Amino acid sequence: MKQPERFNGYFGDYGGKYVPETLMPALDELEKAYYEAMSDSAFLSELESMSHYYSGRPTPLYYARRLSEQCGGAKIMLKREDMAHTGAHKINNALGQGLLAKRMGKQRIVAETGAGQHGVASACVCAMLGLDCIVYMGTEDVHRQALNVFRMELTGSKVVPVDAGSKTLKDAINEAIRDWVTNVETTHYLIGSAVGPHPYPIMVRDFQSVIGNEARQQILDDYGRLPDYIVACVGGGSNAIGIFHPFIDDADVNLIGVEAGGRGLDTKDHAAPLAAGSPGVLHGAKSYLLQDKNGQVMETHSVSAGLDYPGVGPEHSYYKDTGRATYLAVDDEQALEGFRMLFKTEGIVPAL
Amino acid sequence: MSRIASVFEKQNHKAFIAYVTVGYPSMWATLQAVPLLAECGCDIIELGIPFSDPLADGTTIQKASFDALQNGVTPETCLEVAQKLRLKTDVPLVFMSYYNPIFHYGVEKFCAQCEQVGVDGLIIPDLPPEEGTELGEATQKHGLDLVYLLAPTSTDERTRLIAQKSSGFIYLVSVTGVTGARAALPQELSSFVARVKKATDKPLCVGFGISTPEQAKQVVGIADGVIVGSRIIQLLESGYSLDSLRKFATELRAALD
Repeated sequence: MKQPERFNGYFGDYGGKYVPETLMPALDELEKAYYEAMSDSAFLSELESMSHYYSGRPTPLYYARRLSEQCGGAKIMLKREDMAHTGAHKINNALGQGLLAKRMGKQRIVAETGAGQHGVASACVCAMLGLDCIVYMGTEDVHRQALNVFRMELTGSKVVPVDAGSKTLKDAINEAIRDWVTNVETTHYLIGSAVGPHPYPIMVRDFQSVIGNEARQQILDDYGRLPDYIVACVGGGSNAIGIFHPFIDDADVNLIGVEAGGRGLDTKDHAAPLAAGSPGVLHGAKSYLLQDKNGQVMETHSVSAGLDYPGVGPEHSYYKDTGRATYLAVDDEQALEGFRMLFKTEGIVPAL
Repeated sequence: MSRIASVFEKQNHKAFIAYVTVGYPSMWATLQAVPLLAECGCDIIELGIPFSDPLADGTTIQKASFDALQNGVTPETCLEVAQKLRLKTDVPLVFMSYYNPIFHYGVEKFCAQCEQVGVDGLIIPDLPPEEGTELGEATQKHGLDLVYLLAPTSTDERTRLIAQKSSGFIYLVSVTGVTGARAALPQELSSFVARVKKATDKPLCVGFGISTPEQAKQVVGIADGVIVGSRIIQLLESGYSLDSLRKFATELRAALD
């Protein structure tokens, strides 16, 4: 089930490089640099060291006793990515790609952000590495997430509001790609999820696999066994693929991805391409996509700004089709109920 | 010989290729503008199929795409428009579309429809030849040219690949960037064109950022044709009067001859 280390960029039918020709040489260069870095022990030890001293890894695997009792079923463990630097798993990928960009001699970083988590993580890593950082963000999100805009600006990053289309994450990615096309010689595009053209989906997955590698070791150390289920939310799907991937060959571990059901899958107001979309091409890759009957990408809705995206990483599309993972959706109300329950039973602040 | 190939067979003739977004600012405008452009000496017309996420386009064509979608334009209506235009003019018609609308329509079905209504070729800005196998087979089956793009960043190896795969002509992207009018041509353009000429005998047409007859004249000094898009969209923007478009196209044609 696991993909070979060097492959053609396709997970079954999904993935590929659907980008303007201008970017093709840059993707080839990136792929080469990525493989070289990942087989260089000096790079890997720097990544590991910075993951500890900068990002604060490893994050704990926490047994949520009161939440488990309240639910009355499984023993629930939480992999505490909220305790990583900048407050989310996004730092794992930002750090990895930041170090890679520096190694490639790219001084300028462009990134996109929806909720602002990836933008803040990228901005902080760029500050730490002395790189210039430009973050594209839909004007709608700039207003909704003003505090994160302020944080990014404090690091010296430039936040560029994007007024096109739906003025959210999808349009911020379009604009980041336009910038990259224009400044490709000097610039690295630090994409924030396991989406985009090859090699981004495997690169982001590999940098996020630290989540699953740690969790696997922690549960073996603490309980002497593997979990029965792993449950993760899926927007683009980087945290989910990061925890799923190290368990792919463990056939007894069920993998459950949860998409944003918004106001319900029977409405147009959701962000669940795996549960309710069809294959299409967006942002450089073929994958499940929310599109209308004419192949136009649809606007999405979720109470969770971080999941508000019409596409999904191609590896998830592959696992959906092969059945290795199961994908379902919960609606806004269910998500808010879970949010409140976690606060009340454990005093833990989940991301929304 | 395809309709597109015959354009480049003419002696001492440089090609003028114009781009319009179908249904911008209205369907009526498209149906008027295309025959007018042909009458003014335009050799090939690109019909843009609007897409929700035009990531290779600058603000002018982004806005035109957005408005065209608001006007209800679909791949189906683009085929209908092409069919109507084919009754009015013999000018070669090429669809310019991002890949997803065609993929979603069905690659084989779309190419069959193109053949039936008299469309001559396709240009897909987000489809490098590596991803073009299925579309390549379908276009060949239905007698359509599939025009690939080359960029200043293309390596020699990629230049050879694209030169081999592209049919009709090769679309040279003048700058590393998106579509849109620019004040001056990039300095590296002549060395880029010269580099491509060493790799192929196929016709080379240059687009992105070319907006004046003077720039067009400079371009055809080194290439076989020039592609003008955003400037034409801007002229259509200013209203339904087609006089400014006629004047511009006539001047541009004169600059090439």
